[in-house]
Parts: sequence; structure tokens; C-alpha cells
Amino acid sequence: MSDTDDSVDQIEAVAANGLLHRRAFLKTGALVTGGATFLSAQAAPPEVDAWSTVPGRPPEAYGNRSDFESDVLRTPGFSPPALGAGASRTPHGSLEGMITPSALHFERHHNGIPNIDPDEHRLLIHGLVDRPLIFDLETLSRYPLVSRIQFLECSGNSRLLDADQPVDGSAQSIHGLLSCSEWTGVPLSILLDEAVIQTEGMWVLAEGADSSLMTRSIPMSKVRDDAIIALYQNGERLRPGNGYPMRLFLPGWEGNTSVKWLRRIKVTEAPTMTRDETSKYSDLRPDGSAQLFSFQMGVKSIITSPSGQQTMRGPGLYQISGLAWTGAGRISRVEVSADGGRSWGDAELSGPVLSKALTRFRMPWRWNGGPALIQSRAYDETGAVQPTRTALISQRGTQYNYHNHAIQTWQVSSNGEVSNVYS
Amino acid sequence: MFIHKVLMRKFLVLILLLCPFALAQESPGLGVPASPEEVAGWDISIGPEGENLPAGSGTVAQGASIYAVQCFACHGPNGEGATNDRLAGGHGSLETANARKTVGSYWPYATTVFDYVRRAMPFQQPGSLNDGEVYALTAYLLNINGIVDEATVLNAETLPTIEMPNRDGFIWSSEVR
Repeated sequence: MSDTDDSVDQIEAVAANGLLHRRAFLKTGALVTGGATFLSAQAAPPEVDAWSTVPGRPPEAYGNRSDFESDVLRTPGFSPPALGAGASRTPHGSLEGMITPSALHFERHHNGIPNIDPDEHRLLIHGLVDRPLIFDLETLSRYPLVSRIQFLECSGNSRLLDADQPVDGSAQSIHGLLSCSEWTGVPLSILLDEAVIQTEGMWVLAEGADSSLMTRSIPMSKVRDDAIIALYQNGERLRPGNGYPMRLFLPGWEGNTSVKWLRRIKVTEAPTMTRDETSKYSDLRPDGSAQLFSFQMGVKSIITSPSGQQTMRGPGLYQISGLAWTGAGRISRVEVSADGGRSWGDAELSGPVLSKALTRFRMPWRWNGGPALIQSRAYDETGAVQPTRTALISQRGTQYNYHNHAIQTWQVSSNGEVSNVYS
Repeated sequence: MFIHKVLMRKFLVLILLLCPFALAQESPGLGVPASPEEVAGWDISIGPEGENLPAGSGTVAQGASIYAVQCFACHGPNGEGATNDRLAGGHGSLETANARKTVGSYWPYATTVFDYVRRAMPFQQPGSLNDGEVYALTAYLLNINGIVDEATVLNAETLPTIEMPNRDGFIWSSEVR
């Protein structure tokens, strides 16, 4: 069998150390059959399984996942006594496709999740406008809605790659402040037009109704471009942890700017210089100066399978699977390497490839059981390329703290263990 | 016939081009006018020039007393940091591999201290301090960073005049320049 596979692999190889063209999965029927034989020999199923002999549960009012999936969880983290100032991370190593289930969407809060009564919540639009206006959830729901599938990434995501030594981490612990949902809401520009912006109004201040009353300043150009007030996430009302009953959503921008539990929009001439846009979410550079208002998330990709803290079960044909995204628009290409970046092959982009959404990529890989260093590298439609960690650090040091979009390396050891390394 | 087709196609293209803009302007107009009193009640944000600062005042000594009760548990003695952020010190550390960003070493505007403390602190009871207490705490935090002396009284006039040490340490990203 191995002779045949080797000859197929030579034809289908796209890069060194076992990376194959996607046709490999279609052509290696022998391998699939072999695998099935292997399974049936291992554990012959009974003729009728136990669950097929008794009535199942009745329909559910609100769906639950299988009991067997109960260990697929976010990892909430916080430091007592400030229990509400924490984050929970999406378990990318256990997920597939491009949409993050709402219950597994990452969270980052500054003083907990408020319990907002939607009938009492109000949104005020004021400042440099001719007509200050108040909206409630019911009236906003009557406005023309738009729906878009788009990612949200905390700008502190992948910060662990700044560490001097590689951390023992997973796709979840290193890259879990990233998720993708279908967001439905009202374009903010419609509401601002109704309030009539004055000509000096070049920025807005967005304020949340959580107990930190979180605030960020947003340039009017983004409001005009694609800002929405999101009311629905993946078809249902927003989850409380994601801003119920309404949040600002700024596609492609650092997550903190998509202010949750939105209660106020103030049109201003200049940024308000809030705590979160000056002392936090600013980028400290090696010369001691810091950059304000770096909003857009860079072109980036991660391999989610196989990924850190997983174990591969012996040599054979696998599928490398991962996510790519860019705040600039669409992903145009993703390359994968299995030899630490010496040779690269193009991965298949699993459509749809949407602007400012997560794009799933896949690549067949015949693991020969030897050590491998797997990486992915993303390109976007503007021509931007994901940088190496070395290049990123040489450009901006290790105190930058935000917007880390470096190529990350998973090492596959001969025993199948997968771990985060620098290469 | 041929000309008609071309014209029709041009017309359709024009309609398609205009449509998104036409739709974007369409609004049910359901916003309820907000009175100046309503706006004043909601608008607590303070601009870097001191816009919207309220009446009241506070001293360094008053701030020290409030700090001991309200802030010490999370931020430690003299703003050294404990379970939460360090608030003082770190001067000269920004260029090193162990940067310590504090109110004194990093924050560009003193007005931001007032704005943030008033809206978000103390963590377990945000909004429980009155404006004079927030002025006092701001004065104390600036004093332990060596920015103002012990006799300082902060209010709507004096706070915006404070020059923070790292005021010129920031540049705007090319996205907004």
C-alpha cells in the first residue's frame, strides 16, 4: 500500500514533508477503504445499537448539543476580586467551518456582563448634531437591517507570541480571542443622518452601558463605511456576553472598538482620548513612543488542526485545517508549510470567501511520522502578506502588545504531540 | 431595437449604482427628540481640553483618604499595583524591555484620569463617588506620580492645564492621520 501511496504523493506533492494537492483526498480511495477495514476489525458494532432500541427524548424548546461534546468549552479567565474584568476564548482546536457558535464566541469584558432589560435600554445620539435623538430596541428593529458574516478579533489576541520563550499553548489559549458570526443590524449612518451631523463632526464617541461605561472614539469615515448597530448574532438576539441588546459592530477593526451594550453615540470634532484608547489599546514601540488609533486587524492565519496540545494518532493521511482573515477585506491566498517555512504549497480556500470574515482553508497532508513544523501564511486582496514572527518583532519590538498577526509554528513530534514553537 | 437595449442596459446600470445610496438614506424616522436636560444627564464624557468637566474640586490630601478606602485593595500602597493595575512609577521604562505603563509614565491626558475614575471606579461600585471626590482622587494620583505638588486643588479650571509627562509620546496611526 505504501508503494502506491508514495507514487501518488510524488505526483500530488505541493511542498516538502508530505503536503499534497487537494486531489489527494479524491484519489486515495484505497487508503479510505483500508481505514474502514481497520475500524471494523477494531470494534465490530452490534447489529442494533442500544440507542436504537428505546424511544429518544422529545423535541427541545431550546437546543442543546450532544452530551458527548460537553468538553468543548470556552476558557473563562479573570483575576479576583475583579471577576468581571476578564476574557473567555473560543476553542478553535475543536471547531470547523467559518462560523463560531454563539455560545462559544469569545468574550472580553471590562466590568462584567450587565443584565439589561431591553424595554428599559435606550440609545442616545447627540453632540454635533442638529437633532439629538433617543432610540429603543423596538424602534431600531424597524429600521432597514443588513446581515453580514464577519470576524471579530481582540487586538490582544495572539499576544502570547510576544513571549521570549514559546508558551505551552493551544489554538484556543493563543488565538482564542477571535470568532466569526453573522451579525444583523442597522447601519449607524442611517441614524446619524436622521440626527443630521454638523460639518465639524469628524468623530463619534461610543459608550457602553456596562458598569465600566466603556468608551472608544471612532472616526466618522468608518461610520460612513460599514459600521452597524448589531441587534442579532447568528439569527438570534445578541448574547448578553456579546452586547445584548445592541452593540456597535465595526467590521475588520480591533474588537474593543465594537462597543457592547451601546447606550450613547456622541458626535465630536476630535477623539475624546478615553482611557481605553490611550492607556490601553495603544501600541508601544521600541523607542518608547506609542501609536494611537491602529484600528484595522492585519492579515493573519492560524492552523487549527492539528494544533497545540493535540496528539496525532500515527502516520498517515491527514487534513491540515485552519482559518485566515484580514481587516482589509478578502483573503486571496493561504500557503501551508510542513518544514518550518522552507517550502510552501497553496491551500484550498473553502468558500464562501467573504470580506472581513474568517475563511476556512484546508490542505491534505501525509504525515510520515517524523518531526514536522507546520505553518500557514495568508495573503489578502490588497497584496498584504502575513509576516514571520521574527520580522514582526524586529520591526516593532515585544512591548507592542496588540495586533500580533505573525506566522505561528506548530511542531509535530515523532510521538504525535503538537506544540507551539518558534522557528 | 439595438439602441433601446443599450439604453435600457445603461439605465439599469444607473439604477443599480444609485440603489444602495438611495436605500442608505431611507429611514423610518423613529428617533425621539432628546431634550437638553436628558442629554446633560447622559453626557459624562470629558474631552482632552477639559470639555464637559463638572463643578466641584478636590485636594491631594482628600484624595489620599479616599484612595485608602476605595482603591488600596486592588491598586496597593501608593499606586504600586496589587491584583490590578499599577498606577504610579515606571518613569523612563517605556523604552526598555520591561515597560511599566502607569498614569504617570504613560497616560497623555490628565482629563482621562478624571473621566475614567468617575465612570468606572471603584470597580465594585462604579459611579458611587461624587465629582469632588473624583477631583480629589485625580489630584492624589497625579501627586504620587510627581506631576503636581501636595497643595494642588483640582477643579474644572486647573485640571485641563496639567501637562502629563508623556503627552508628546504618542503618534496617530496612518489610518487616521
